[in-house]
Amino acid sequence: MNKIVKIEDLKSIFKDGMTIMIGGFLDCGTPDTIIDMLVDLNIKDLTIIANDTGFPDKGIGKLVVNGQVKKVIASHIGTNPETGRRMHTGEMEVELSPQGTLIERIRAAGSGLGGVLTPTGLGTILENGKRKISINNKDYLLELPLRADVSLVKGSIVDEFGNACYKATTKNFNPYIAMAAKIVIMEAEELVKCEQLRTEDIMTPGVLVNYIIKEAV
Amino acid sequence: MVTDSKLAKEIIAKRVAKELKYGQLVNLGIGLPTLVASYVPTEMQIAFQSENGIVGMGPKATPEQEDSDLINAGGQCVTVMPEGSFFDSSMSFALIRGGHVDVTVLGALEVDEEGNLANWIIPGKMVPGMGGAMDLVMGAKVVIIAMQHTGKGKAKILKKCKLPLTAKSKVNLIVTELCVIEVTAKGLVLKEIHKDTTIDEIKSVTEAHLIIPDDIKIMDV
Repeated sequence: MNKIVKIEDLKSIFKDGMTIMIGGFLDCGTPDTIIDMLVDLNIKDLTIIANDTGFPDKGIGKLVVNGQVKKVIASHIGTNPETGRRMHTGEMEVELSPQGTLIERIRAAGSGLGGVLTPTGLGTILENGKRKISINNKDYLLELPLRADVSLVKGSIVDEFGNACYKATTKNFNPYIAMAAKIVIMEAEELVKCEQLRTEDIMTPGVLVNYIIKEAV
Repeated sequence: MVTDSKLAKEIIAKRVAKELKYGQLVNLGIGLPTLVASYVPTEMQIAFQSENGIVGMGPKATPEQEDSDLINAGGQCVTVMPEGSFFDSSMSFALIRGGHVDVTVLGALEVDEEGNLANWIIPGKMVPGMGGAMDLVMGAKVVIIAMQHTGKGKAKILKKCKLPLTAKSKVNLIVTELCVIEVTAKGLVLKEIHKDTTIDEIKSVTEAHLIIPDDIKIMDV
């Protein structure tokens, strides 16, 4: 099975109005080569699900600045003033979800769970419109799964089958984002043969990955 | 009154550091709370968490040590201790919500008599988002607010928070450059004051009612 493709070969996958999940935390562990391709492709009305919207000139922020994003679901947008500006003018919708809730909503989608019950957000405006469920006399908010059409994942060392290892803090949202979409694209910082990655070091099983591209240097 | 902002932050960070106990797992928020680490002796064996996926975070990286794959939750290049570990965001927040984090230190826009905290949004003006703050305040065993006593001359310790809350009734201790305040079921108790201030001065810059015990101490900073 050959999953390794050229970045140009990915273009036909993407369409206006898609929901795309992107790994990374403040552009650490973010698949920047695929993002640059999306900026060139200039598809519109995207819903982006990610921890944050990066910086105006780096990572996910480029999609925002280029006016390609209709809605963002993230935990933090403070490092990209352009996201805040577009939210205030109404050009873009922003749904803020606490970081621990956001990752669990993504994990729930990829794990076949109907949602998660979390105490985070109790007594705040995050309760609005959500079901409150009491378990053993403790209240929780029901948070619903988040899934995407395409997930963009960044692996530090990736083998030809898509098995991936994440270095240091590049792991963040990546392993769960790799489970929550119909199509999963892995951007490899370093692309190796299967026998070169120790089986024990694999953090995302390659069976989840549809396409692999090598990061542009 | 301490008017120098740099000195104020130093006083706050020094005093917060004294709250930490041997071997604890501690999460320091972005900004002022980060300074606390500088005042914690290594023999305390405190493990610092960074919610983007580290336990056992070391000091900020020197230019030679910088590795763009190793950042803290504020996006700065950091180092990791020999006993440190890396993990994904689900594990990181399981540690936080699951009660494995002993202490979290965060800044505040407002904090009130019931221990409510507001620090993630000023509607219509500044909407950075809550990031990990809501989970941290909900899940950590002890929540310490480290902040300058007032913001742009206005009181931040209020009878009732006006801004949208980060969490309800979760704050345990408030440390400012002027004093240390404990949040109790009866209200806010003034525990310690800085040697260069007075109780009246603190009252004049605090909107909340302060309970004044007989045995107020001088802040050990």
